[in-house]
Amino acid sequence: MTPKLAVFKLASCDGCQLTLLDCEDELLTLAGKVDIAHFLEASSAVGPGPYDLTLVEGSVTTAADAERIRRIRAESKHLVTIGACATAGGIQALRNFADVAEFRSVVYARPDYIDTLATSTPVSAHVDVDFELRGCPIDRGQLLEVITAFLAGRKPQIPDHSVCFACKQRGTVCVTVAHGTPCLGPVTHAGCGAICPAYGRGCYGCFGPAGTVNLPALIPLLRRDGMDDRDTERFLRTFNATAFAKEAGS
Amino acid sequence: MADYDTTPAVLDRAGLAALVRVLAGRGRTVVGPTVRDGAIVLAELDSADQLPWGWGTELEAGRYRLRRRDDEAGFAHSAGPQSWKTFLHPARERQWSADRDPDGQLTIVPDRPEQPAYAFLGVRPCDLRAIAIQDRVLAGGHFADDGYRTRRSGAFLIALECTEPGGTCFCVSMGSGPGVEAGYDLALTEVLDDDGHRFLIRAGSPEGAEVLAELSTDRADEATVTTARTTVAAAAEHMGRAMPPMDLRALMGDSLDAERWDDVAARCLSCGNCTLVCPTCFCTTTEEITDLTGDHAERWQSWDTCFDLDFSLLHGGPVRSSTRSRYRQWLTHKLGTWHEQFGSSGCVGCGRCLVWCPVGIDITEEVAALAEEATS
Repeated sequence: MTPKLAVFKLASCDGCQLTLLDCEDELLTLAGKVDIAHFLEASSAVGPGPYDLTLVEGSVTTAADAERIRRIRAESKHLVTIGACATAGGIQALRNFADVAEFRSVVYARPDYIDTLATSTPVSAHVDVDFELRGCPIDRGQLLEVITAFLAGRKPQIPDHSVCFACKQRGTVCVTVAHGTPCLGPVTHAGCGAICPAYGRGCYGCFGPAGTVNLPALIPLLRRDGMDDRDTERFLRTFNATAFAKEAGS
Repeated sequence: MADYDTTPAVLDRAGLAALVRVLAGRGRTVVGPTVRDGAIVLAELDSADQLPWGWGTELEAGRYRLRRRDDEAGFAHSAGPQSWKTFLHPARERQWSADRDPDGQLTIVPDRPEQPAYAFLGVRPCDLRAIAIQDRVLAGGHFADDGYRTRRSGAFLIALECTEPGGTCFCVSMGSGPGVEAGYDLALTEVLDDDGHRFLIRAGSPEGAEVLAELSTDRADEATVTTARTTVAAAAEHMGRAMPPMDLRALMGDSLDAERWDDVAARCLSCGNCTLVCPTCFCTTTEEITDLTGDHAERWQSWDTCFDLDFSLLHGGPVRSSTRSRYRQWLTHKLGTWHEQFGSSGCVGCGRCLVWCPVGIDITEEVAALAEEATS
């Protein structure tokens, strides 16, 4: 039996599932290996579950999605969440630090049209997840590795270490040590290939915290390199705001 | 007595340029220091013009800055972001690939690419020692690495004696510098004084003598020899740091339960930078990857570090789950159990681990604190 692949989306920008379409060279091979049964971004033709491998992007921000993710889980043998929204709540989790009712009243002409939860939460806060693939957006090579590993019945080779490993492996000069540039690399999950430091800018943590993180030890460096309290807070509060907040102990 | 000419000669800058040309002419890939991205890195050189003439470095724990110098020295810098292991023991290397044909027959092809014949220009005494240490680990014994052995045996080493150690250097206390005695093909000492900018050069191998003979050099004059010798001797007097003068191996063995490990763990990012820049750290991991067809597989070897949680992952979980245990593993191996395993210390005093540690954890300071704790 050809395994059935499904792609679903919750609150998100679609960029992570687009990564699947971006696998141009491998797409035909992939289509030969799996039956793409549900992938609305690619086709409006959908097939019924159960699905062997389900990829979910996006976070849970509405009561309807909280219910929907349970149904998706029930229809999926393996559920993999892809991207910062699905694994950490995404940029929309900034609401978790604020008052959503106030936002709603200020932003929308008819706040009563808006039906939303007070928080944006990762899929893993609602259902069991078999694997979380990080990134905003996810890395194409890592996505293929996850799918390939699933097809081979093995564990994906997705290291849990920091971006520093990738910088050193590709021979990038450390932007913090040599330039005094604030960088979240030492506390950020590898996977992007350390793109930003390779272009002389600091990592901004779009893959979220690495497997072992000592964020409090990094904060004094950000200060030294010119960030005040507000800068530091904003630096940490982007796509993985809630995950870094946990690491900061706040 | 060596069976080749070891008489020191003198090269000027044009002579050094000729040296690079001669080595390239002999089919060698010349690698040396050059300025890139705000640092002096090691890279393949086409000509001696790419050397960091007039650039120096200002080093502190967790801090590296490139500085313009008042003179045109090309080698008055230390502890760059890479070491020679980048070339001898690269970060990623494919070991084999395998294909399955439609009949299910497997073909496994080992990777044996033609290795470049390197010439390393400007190998510091500390790094020369580091290469010798990696030789014991990777070129011999039970864990010989074919790729390393081939690259290493074909490499031509041009040592460069230290005349201006950095603020983070401590080779003297590790017994690995600032001068060199052996283990090189050619050794250079940069001399810059009123008589001009020149290099004292001497051969340390038959091939070194052969290369030297191809250059038009003058026999070294007394003044240049004396200046070179006194400058290197003076360098020994202004090391930026020193390891405590004691039996470090015994200290490591006695410090397994020290409280200092908790102190350093609170500061350590566990990012692994110290091990990745260390010229002797050799650990690798291997991974097997498959492609979507499931009919093609490859095995890759890549740098790993004991600061990675997965490094000690066994069935049931990682053996060293705390930063305390991982930092302790690194330091006690480097300075202690390395002796049992490979017959020497694993530290050469280059200072890279403290320069490139983002939070500036200083190995000499940590050892001093452990020593103090042990005696109190």
